[in-house]
Formats: sequence, structure tokens, C-alpha cells
Amino acid sequence: MRFNRLYAIVLRQAYLMRGSFARVLPLFVWVAIDMVLWGFITKYLNTVAASSLNFVPVFLGAVLLWDFFIRVMQGVTMSFFEDVWSRNFLNIFATPLSISEYVGGLVLSSIATSSIGLVVMLGLTMVVFDLSFFSYGLLLIPFLLVLFLFGISLGIVAAGMVLRLGPASEWFVWPIPAIISPFAGVFYPIATLPHWMQYFSHLLPPAYVFEAMRSILAGQPVAVSLLLWSIGLAFLHILIAYAFFARMYRHAVRTGLIARYSAESLS
Amino acid sequence: MTFKENIRSEEKSGSSALGVSKLCKQYRNVMAVNDVSFEVRSNEIVGLLGPNGAGKTTTISMILGVLEPTSGSIRIEGLDMVAHRSRALERTNFAAVYAPLPGNLTVYQNLRVFGLLYDVKDLAARIERLLRQFDLVAFRNTKCGALSSGEQTRVGLAKAMLNRPSLLLLDEPTASLDPSSARDIRAKIKAFVAEDSCGVLWTSHNMFEVGEVCDRVLFLSHGKILLEGDPKRLPQEYGKETLEELFIAVAREPLTLEG
Repeated sequence: MRFNRLYAIVLRQAYLMRGSFARVLPLFVWVAIDMVLWGFITKYLNTVAASSLNFVPVFLGAVLLWDFFIRVMQGVTMSFFEDVWSRNFLNIFATPLSISEYVGGLVLSSIATSSIGLVVMLGLTMVVFDLSFFSYGLLLIPFLLVLFLFGISLGIVAAGMVLRLGPASEWFVWPIPAIISPFAGVFYPIATLPHWMQYFSHLLPPAYVFEAMRSILAGQPVAVSLLLWSIGLAFLHILIAYAFFARMYRHAVRTGLIARYSAESLS
Repeated sequence: MTFKENIRSEEKSGSSALGVSKLCKQYRNVMAVNDVSFEVRSNEIVGLLGPNGAGKTTTISMILGVLEPTSGSIRIEGLDMVAHRSRALERTNFAAVYAPLPGNLTVYQNLRVFGLLYDVKDLAARIERLLRQFDLVAFRNTKCGALSSGEQTRVGLAKAMLNRPSLLLLDEPTASLDPSSARDIRAKIKAFVAEDSCGVLWTSHNMFEVGEVCDRVLFLSHGKILLEGDPKRLPQEYGKETLEELFIAVAREPLTLEG
């Protein structure tokens, strides 16, 4: 793996960001709106609910972590879409760039773009809504790690899907987080779900993060073994996602889709 | 050119830049490329000619590694494309009218990004030299999408020469240029070939151009090579006045020329 090639993918994204207000704004505007909206909703719930539960860390903290996952996923897909929109596949895949270097470049781009969103969210929630992430302690690190890894894996799967199905399939990508969210137990314990849904939840690394987050806030011990399992599961998801993308790429090279991507399908 | 580059250039001259052997590409029942074998030597410009749909672009796509052959092999400077894809493509580059560089990046940004992808040494100096060579200095900070088609062609050619390729694939490189610009571009490509001992596979529908630049031509029809030879002598060998007449004969009546 050559550093220059990874850097080229990141630099391309940086050039695009630098020259385009429309690309920079979405990095933090939507997450900021989400934080403000959920911040006030949770404050209101605190005033009307009979229970002593503090809704701010339960809901606002969950929304922040979930938005971070979405930003990571979109960081990968947006960088990939730039090649789709500029019809750049032929130029880029005719270079010595390997698939691992290309995917590595997408991941590095995502780290840069999602960090901006995370900083804005943390700043807003801590300053405006007094949400202290210190209450999570050092466990915040594995929480973010699991969500980051899962966001990367879903971003890679989404890119592979668009590579296989063509530019028009882009709209499949946007609802993916919304489809996963009920299974991940972002706002409620997994036990709330019917049994068949819980089976899917156990396969989703974020589900363990949100369970652990609620345990901390309820003053209960966190099952560290489950958190470690979720990290392992998230790495497994990355491997599967990479294998999926590599397979889609090989299919595109075999059928000629890379050379004539705008045709969408040659079958 | 430095002394070291001069030695390298002399060593390369006459060696094989590209070797294609028994190359086939089948799409379901259609044989797009059928048992094609040829070689491009360093310092040689080979014209790949044929009517639309003959298999020229399919052949070029396979050489570039963006299309998998059904069978056959491709060697770039002796490196097998399947086993050493990355190393083989480090020595290759291409320009094609159907593959413009991203229009949302400036000329300089595009050259920088592709220079990094090709791992070009001393990239900044190389970009400056190419900007001058292709009269692009005034456009260095202009987005490629805002350039005229002729200017975009020049940027594409500058990108194609970034890594001083041993094998250059040019798919109708002068198609969108006026005659004067086309002549300049041909001169620049010929100078580059002579300087860097590069082998070139050149497709064009302009037979005057082919006659002027190509050392050898291959006529492709229905995925097969029908004729091969010197573009200046080939028409007479087949009883035609010009290369254009021969081209039309190949396109219309390929069977009469087979065998």
C-alpha cells in the first residue's frame, strides 16, 4: 500500500471541499440541527415526565452517537460518489491504485469529514445543553470506535452496491441508517423488541454500545465482555464489507461496467 | 534529458512495450475481441484502426486493466497484467475523448492528484513542465469543466504523460482539436515518444493523421485483426489508392480481405 495513493484520494476530497461551500455545510449543519432539536425535546421531557430519569443524556447522547455513525458512513459514500458524479472510474481505476488503497483513501476521507461533525456536536451539546460526556468515562472511546468501524463497513457496502447497480441506485444508500436504527436500539433497550428483531440486533455492533450507554446512565455495571465482542463484531463487519466491495469491483471489471459505468448495466 | 535518462532511453529502445497474446473478450454470445495478438515496441507508434464497434476500445480497456479478458494475456514491459497489475500500470497511461478528467477540479489539482496516484517523482517540477509543454499555464487554476474541448484534450494528454509512461494508449487523441492544434499535439506526442522511448497504441479515424504518425497499423474488424503493416505501403499492397480507401474496404467488406 503506497501512502501517496491514499493521500491522493484524501487530497482530491480536500480540494473539492475547499472549493465548495455546498460540500462543507452538510458536514455540520444537519448534525447541529439534530442536536438543537433533540436538546430542546429532552429538556421539555424532563419538565413534564413524572420519572426522575434525565432524558438529556439518554436521548441526546444517543442521537449524538447515532449521528456520528451516520457521518462516518456518509464520509465514505460521499467520497465514492464524487467519482460517480464526475464519471471518473475509468481514469482512476486505470491507474496503479489498488482496491485496498482506494478503500483506504475513502476511509481516511471519512475520518476527516466525520471528525468535523463530531466536534460540532460535542461542542453544542456540552455548551448549550450541559450534556457531559465525562459521565461515560473512558468507555466513550470504545463507543466511538465501534460506531466508527460500523459506519465504515456500511459505507463500503453502500459504495459496493452503487458500483454494482449503477448511479441511480444512490438513493438506496440514504435510508440505510433509518432502516437499521430500530434494530440497533438507539432509543430503547433491545429487550423492548420482539424476539425476531432481537436476533438481528445481536448482529449489530451499535446495539451493544447503546445498551452499555443506558447501563452507565442507570448506574449499572457495563458488561465489558459484550463491549469487546461488539468491537470484534465491528472488525468482522469491516472484513465482510471489504470482501463485498472487492467482489463488486471484480464483477464490474469482468462485465465492463467500470469502462462504461454511465450505462448502469451491461447485462 | 539527464545522462541517466538517456542511457535508460537507449536501453528501452526496441524492446517490447506491450505484448498482447490471443486476447479474447466475449459478452454472452458476442465476441467483441477474437484471438487478437500483437506487439508494440518501445519508440514505436502503432495505429489501431477499424470501424465503430470493431473492438478497439474493448482492446484498450483490457490493456488498461479495467476490463477482464475472457482469455489471453497482456504484458506491459514484460509484466503480466494479471499477476503484476499495479506495477504494469505504473508504466502505462492513456488519454481518451470519453474519459475527461473531473470537471470540478482545476487543471493543477487534477494533475497533482493523478501524479500522486502514479507516484510521480519530483511531481511539482513535472507538472510545471507539462503545463508549459501543453500551453496550459494560463489555465492552471481553471476548473477542467470550464475548459473548451480542445483545452480538455490537452489536459488529458498532460495527465497521460505525467508518469513518463513506457506504454501510452491514445484513443482518438485529436478528435476534438482544430487542424492546427491537432498538428501541434501530434508533434508533441512524437517528441515525447522519441525522448522517452515510449511505445504508443493510437486509435484514430483520421487516416491522414495515421499515415503521418504511425510506424505500423493494425486493422481491426469484428474483433479480429485483418491486416497489419506499414501505413505508407499497405494501401498499395491491397490495390487501394489511399489508407482511407483501404479503411472503407475493411469496414464494408472485411471478408474479401481476410486470409
